[in-house]
Amino acid sequence: MSARVSSRRTRIDEELLRESLEINRRGHNGWRAEVLARAAAAGGTAAGRILSFVLTVLAAVIVSLPLVYLSGGDGALALDALIAGSWGSPIAAAETLVQTVPLLISGLAVALAFHAGLFNIGVEGQLVVGALSAGIVGATLPLPGPILIVVCVAAGAAGGALWALIPALLKAYRGVHEVVTTIMMNYIAFNLSTFLVSPSGPFVSSSQPSATEKIPIEARLPILVPGTRLHAGLILAIVLVIAVAWYLYRTPGGFSLRLTGANPRAARGAGISVPQTILRAMLLSGALAGLAGAVQVLGLFGRYFDAFSPGYGFDAIAVALLGALSPVGIAAAALFFGTLDSSAVYLQAQAGVSREMVGVVSGLVVGFVAAQPAILRLLRRLRARKARTRPNPSPDDLDRVLATVVPVPLADPDDAISHGLAETEATR
Amino acid sequence: MSATAVRLAGITKRFGAVTANDGIDLAVRAGTVHGVLGENGAGKSTLMKILFGMIRPDEGTIEIDGKRVELRSSADALAQGIGMVQQHFSLVGPFTVVENLILGRDSRALWRRWLAPLPLSAARERARELSERFGFGLDADARCQDLSVGARQKVEIVKALWAGATILVLDEPTAALSPPEAEELYALLERLRADGTTVILISHKLPEILRLCDRVTVLRDGKVVGTREIDRADMDAISRAGVEADLVHLMIGRERPTVPERHPRELAPVLSVRGLTDGGRIGPVDLEVAGGEIVAVVGVEGNGQSALVDLLTGVVRAKAGSIVLDGAELAGRSTLARLRAGLAHIPEDRHAQAVAEEMSLIDNASIGFTTGAPFAPTRLWLSKAKRRRLAEAIIRDRSVRTPGPDAPMRSLSGGNQQKLVVGRELARAPRLMIAAQPTRGLDIASTTAVHEALMKLRAAGAGVLLLSLDLTEVFAISDRIVVIRQGVLVGEVATDRADPERLGAWMSGAAGGEEAA
Repeated sequence: MSARVSSRRTRIDEELLRESLEINRRGHNGWRAEVLARAAAAGGTAAGRILSFVLTVLAAVIVSLPLVYLSGGDGALALDALIAGSWGSPIAAAETLVQTVPLLISGLAVALAFHAGLFNIGVEGQLVVGALSAGIVGATLPLPGPILIVVCVAAGAAGGALWALIPALLKAYRGVHEVVTTIMMNYIAFNLSTFLVSPSGPFVSSSQPSATEKIPIEARLPILVPGTRLHAGLILAIVLVIAVAWYLYRTPGGFSLRLTGANPRAARGAGISVPQTILRAMLLSGALAGLAGAVQVLGLFGRYFDAFSPGYGFDAIAVALLGALSPVGIAAAALFFGTLDSSAVYLQAQAGVSREMVGVVSGLVVGFVAAQPAILRLLRRLRARKARTRPNPSPDDLDRVLATVVPVPLADPDDAISHGLAETEATR
Repeated sequence: MSATAVRLAGITKRFGAVTANDGIDLAVRAGTVHGVLGENGAGKSTLMKILFGMIRPDEGTIEIDGKRVELRSSADALAQGIGMVQQHFSLVGPFTVVENLILGRDSRALWRRWLAPLPLSAARERARELSERFGFGLDADARCQDLSVGARQKVEIVKALWAGATILVLDEPTAALSPPEAEELYALLERLRADGTTVILISHKLPEILRLCDRVTVLRDGKVVGTREIDRADMDAISRAGVEADLVHLMIGRERPTVPERHPRELAPVLSVRGLTDGGRIGPVDLEVAGGEIVAVVGVEGNGQSALVDLLTGVVRAKAGSIVLDGAELAGRSTLARLRAGLAHIPEDRHAQAVAEEMSLIDNASIGFTTGAPFAPTRLWLSKAKRRRLAEAIIRDRSVRTPGPDAPMRSLSGGNQQKLVVGRELARAPRLMIAAQPTRGLDIASTTAVHEALMKLRAAGAGVLLLSLDLTEVFAISDRIVVIRQGVLVGEVATDRADPERLGAWMSGAAGGEEAA
């Protein structure tokens, strides 16, 4: 496939291309200056993102403190318990990572669709179907262990993609809004999965109600740290972060996807098939969601349980938004929500904070992320006001001085030229 | 006549390090049309926003009818009798003309505003009265979304008069109008002046300034560089040329840039279109563009120009007909195949069709170059370094003003975005360049640069299909003009033998069409 692609060449002005390559070789200010300038620019963007991440999280936590008090908890104690319950011991830390994995992968699923301009609310349903597919395949196919792992993971991805297929087709070729269709598909997924493992369902275990048969132990994801539940899903999640980042920013397909999200008409004018791109984005998003479900089944439970997901697919929206849709940001956001989730029990026991506070905090995060443009505008206005009170030095003053020294009779066009020249010289 | 309606004194406005308006003095006599002329970024729009209370100046005073006023908001400006028609209209599409007129203009007590029925019949009567008095020719019950751009603009003007405006500010009013519509607007403004309304006309088009204004103030780099009286009654071609040269001088600080000479040659066809139609909006169209030829398609906006472009670029499938580019049949092939075959396209609506505002300049420069080598040799690799160099080369060649290739597209002004788009399309080494309104919104220097680039393509033996509403542009660079009306090409003429009146007749469907010169 790639051979065929590589034989295709984009039509481009060869002279301009050669010239463009030379620009860099000569370097305007030498390559070191360029590397430094680029690093500074990248650093600036990264710093801005980190700052907005931290501020959003802080704002959400601070605003939730009064609510903690109101609900009868102790705020200071709660913060303490939050840290102790999630990172206080190796076991707690491992559990935090276990909670992070499904949020991270499904967060990537939401973000990938967002980049293509699609709001995939169906991640939860796709995640359930992916988990169900992995559970059924793992419990029924008589394959040797390592192969079965691969097949199960693939089945999970395929199940999720399949569940995204109908909304994707409807969106791509009929323009039906994906929010509506994916929400519908969620309900179908919840009820279908409940039926399949119900007492009258075809895949219910003989020993455990509302679950499939167990997947053989060799076909489960290996445990990374003995004595904890931390499984190889974490490695898969990290690989997926890199893969999604690579796909979005370093492949032609990812470029088409981002361009379609940013301006579909420009994409179409550049020869990108918008329906195909939408289809691809939605299927990839569904596959990621399916993987998130499969990882839970293969790594954590060893079988499919009905209603195993506490709503990872919905929390994933908050994760993706807090992570500003960037894969690395999503990893950080997932870690934050994983921390909240894993400390929930400890919080309740130690600080009397009800589990539901976790949901409140995640709701606040979504609110603050949504409010970011407004907050930024406010900050900019304040800064502008401060700047106005300061005296304004340099070019303007210079101009004014020049204007008094060289009074220009503007009626004469020749003088208008010299005036223009003086002006450009002064501003340089 | 000699009373001063508006006097601005020492208006200064800074945005961060940029001084948009620097000590501007401006006096507008009542009952006249006063032009404010300047290139993009000269500070015209900022000044008018200050006059309309949308921005508050850092320094300076405003006097209306001899009284000093503080304009804190547009409501203050309206109360002082200042009405503004902006480039982007503020009408509610699904509402009728009357409903738009009475929108937000209700000073009744709060409870009545919510409970009492709208005074529609009285409003309709008043609208008809205004419409007759000034010859607006508006249907008070038409929905605004169904109106043409020209008619919508008239609604905006009526809306301003409705609120009691005696001073009317128009910001680039003819930017989106076809020549006949612009002509109508000019006549309307003349009637308003005769009725005693003061008009402030912001523009960078010299002909309309000369046509309408009694006096013109020229801005450059945020400063007033000159004010000229225009004696419209007593102006022959020679004095007109003199005034024009003078104003251009003031506006850009040097002589009007010249467009290179054209040399007629023996030409081989690059594009030939036969019987092309989409089965509705356009066609059947027969059209030839030769290598080394610039063919202009002119017509009133909305007569099938964009449908023609869509068919040529392959964004819309043709029902019938053939498109042959350099001997290869393109009809039925994808947009991608057409780009490979040597098609390039500067879209008419930059914001909607050409750029992705949130993506970087690097990404925007590489739109359309990511489907094969050299930037994407395999499906798993898209080079960023090479794309960055392409973007840098385009930025340098087209002198795009930008903080750098990593900056998001939205950080650029419209003119600079257009320069990048033009550079990108030129980089496709086109055999046929489709340039739709390539200089819309550009200032004179950038316009000349685009014209020069198109002439260079022409000299290199490529064909250019220019779609333009600007007849000055058409006459300046095209070799041949075809006229489109209601989706059909109704006339064709060599540019040096064309005269604007005949073109206007073809465009509007008046007698004399249906023949080739």
